[in-house]
Amino acid sequence: MAAPSYGLIATFATVPNLYQAAEKVRDAGYKHWDCITPFPVHGLDKAMGLRRSIVPRISLAGGILGFCTGMTMIWWTGAYDYRLTVGGKPLFSPMFAFPVSYELTILFTAFATIGGMLFLNGLPRHYHPVLKYDQIKRGMDDTFFIVIEARDPRFNLANTKALLAQAGGQEIKELEA
Amino acid sequence: MAHADQAALPAILGEVQPAVLPRAILVDHHRSFSWITEKICGIIEGKTPVWWWWCFGVACFVASFTVAGITYLIATGVGVWGHANPVNWAWDIVNFVFWIGIGHAGTLISAILCLLRQKWRTSINRAAEAMTIFAVVCAGIFPVFHVGRVWYAWFLFPIPNSNYLWQNFRSPLEWDVFAVSTYGTVSVLFWYVGLLPDLAVLRDRFEAAGNKLRSFLYGLFALGWRGSNRHWSNYEMAYLILAGISTPLVLSVHTIVSFDFAVSLLPGWHTTIFPPYFVAGAIFSGFGMVLTLMLPLRAVYKLEDLITQYHIDCMCKITLATGTIVGYAYAMEFFIAWYGANPYEGFAFINRAFGHYAWAYWIMISCNVITPQFFWFKAVRENTTLVWVLSIFVNVGMWFERFVIIVTSLARDFLPSSWGYYSPSIVEIFTFFGTFGVFSVLFLLFIRFLPIMPMAELKAVTPQADVHGGGDHH
Repeated sequence: MAAPSYGLIATFATVPNLYQAAEKVRDAGYKHWDCITPFPVHGLDKAMGLRRSIVPRISLAGGILGFCTGMTMIWWTGAYDYRLTVGGKPLFSPMFAFPVSYELTILFTAFATIGGMLFLNGLPRHYHPVLKYDQIKRGMDDTFFIVIEARDPRFNLANTKALLAQAGGQEIKELEA
Repeated sequence: MAHADQAALPAILGEVQPAVLPRAILVDHHRSFSWITEKICGIIEGKTPVWWWWCFGVACFVASFTVAGITYLIATGVGVWGHANPVNWAWDIVNFVFWIGIGHAGTLISAILCLLRQKWRTSINRAAEAMTIFAVVCAGIFPVFHVGRVWYAWFLFPIPNSNYLWQNFRSPLEWDVFAVSTYGTVSVLFWYVGLLPDLAVLRDRFEAAGNKLRSFLYGLFALGWRGSNRHWSNYEMAYLILAGISTPLVLSVHTIVSFDFAVSLLPGWHTTIFPPYFVAGAIFSGFGMVLTLMLPLRAVYKLEDLITQYHIDCMCKITLATGTIVGYAYAMEFFIAWYGANPYEGFAFINRAFGHYAWAYWIMISCNVITPQFFWFKAVRENTTLVWVLSIFVNVGMWFERFVIIVTSLARDFLPSSWGYYSPSIVEIFTFFGTFGVFSVLFLLFIRFLPIMPMAELKAVTPQADVHGGGDHH
């Protein structure tokens, strides 16, 4: 293959096969590798040695921002920018400002969560070597893949291939970058 | 004491094995992963069925009634609706609350049942979420056009304007603007995040089939999803958080809708029971609508292996539970009206049951309180046709509930000199009738172009998705 290689991809037919192979790749010390699955496999994060997702922190920041936006907006419009007494009620009170601030908390949290998820995943993305693999359609359907990237310091074409084969991987192919 | 108890335990306890609780089968007949993909994608990839075109045609025709009604209203004025003193809120707000309430079951299924780890939600959540979004679209039509000069509807939002005036945030109506627009937005986002992996499936399938245009379009919205487990990890977390925030959202939306009434001083509206009562009613009506939509869909597309009898059982039982809560709320309103010893409140409720609108009240009671009680019986829950018919009664009953609450209270307010009797004008009837068409058009487009069930989630609840092989080890 003349084009520089992105890495190796191996096929696994069942979830238990993939799970056990993932544990082996993790224990071999690889860092730049991934599993491709058609659905979220329960427990695979642990088998891959992934840390807990940090999406919740981004969500929390979004929620706090939303709540403050609501309170500030209602105070600024009603009690600062244009002071207008309605029904003898106070110009500002956190009580009446609460429902709107509550809704904005949720709205901003939702945007932060989805934005954060996409940002952490590097999506949207126009091109990825994995998507060029001719069997990827099956990876969206009922087959599982492990991809080990060539940029991983432990990557060695022969040894990595042997590891994947020993872990039960089939159709081990090189991926074009 | 504890030690003494342990010493006194009979020896036989050591031999007692915990009972093996069989897990409910969510996908019947041990279907494979690819069977699920083929089944769901097949609906989109197959030729458009003839019945779809017929339904679509009829739905467009019905939707044109809303277009006609609204066009006439814009050209003439909001007076073409039958509102007049003292009934200035009527069908428009009834229809608004009705449609918003229907939407709530979609969020309940997708969010609350997700948090409660009710895995049976997986086959129905996509369609239920779609129902939510389309119901919110229909709901939004009414308050927006009720403002009269609809081209000023943007005054509802705090956008700087040449009058230098801001919104009155003390008003529950302004809270409602934020509640409903947040609800619509978050519902769409939640739905879209759920769709993301399935759009990627369709992208690759259309690519393989050589359909460039559809592959491009699905690919555009799939954002380059590639099923990476590093992505799934963040995705699952994001989905869980969205479920976590949608749960207080759905409860708050109907609570705030009920504040539109409860914060006023009108007898029959000014009650503290409204928020929970409205939320229960919303979920009740929403499940009615889910059953109304899913049962025909299941029959037409032969989805019996994915929407099993167990799913129908669960939905019927939730309808029964929420319907019973609603019935309890009706009784409690009467009790409090008597116990509170407020003569105006007492009158409002006697008037509901025995006044000019008694016919509406008794339709409401029979549809909402009596109908769900049939779901106690297994034979009823297993008779799909009967369940479908009962679900229609639920929809009708919940529309009448809002009608009874809104119109009876307004028609007999504090001043007998202003009492009146409200009847809808033909324009209102057209506009409301048409929204069923608007809803159907959107829903038909959805079942034609998007996967009606979340494939990734369905695969994840099958026994072969378990990392230890078979789901019996937990």
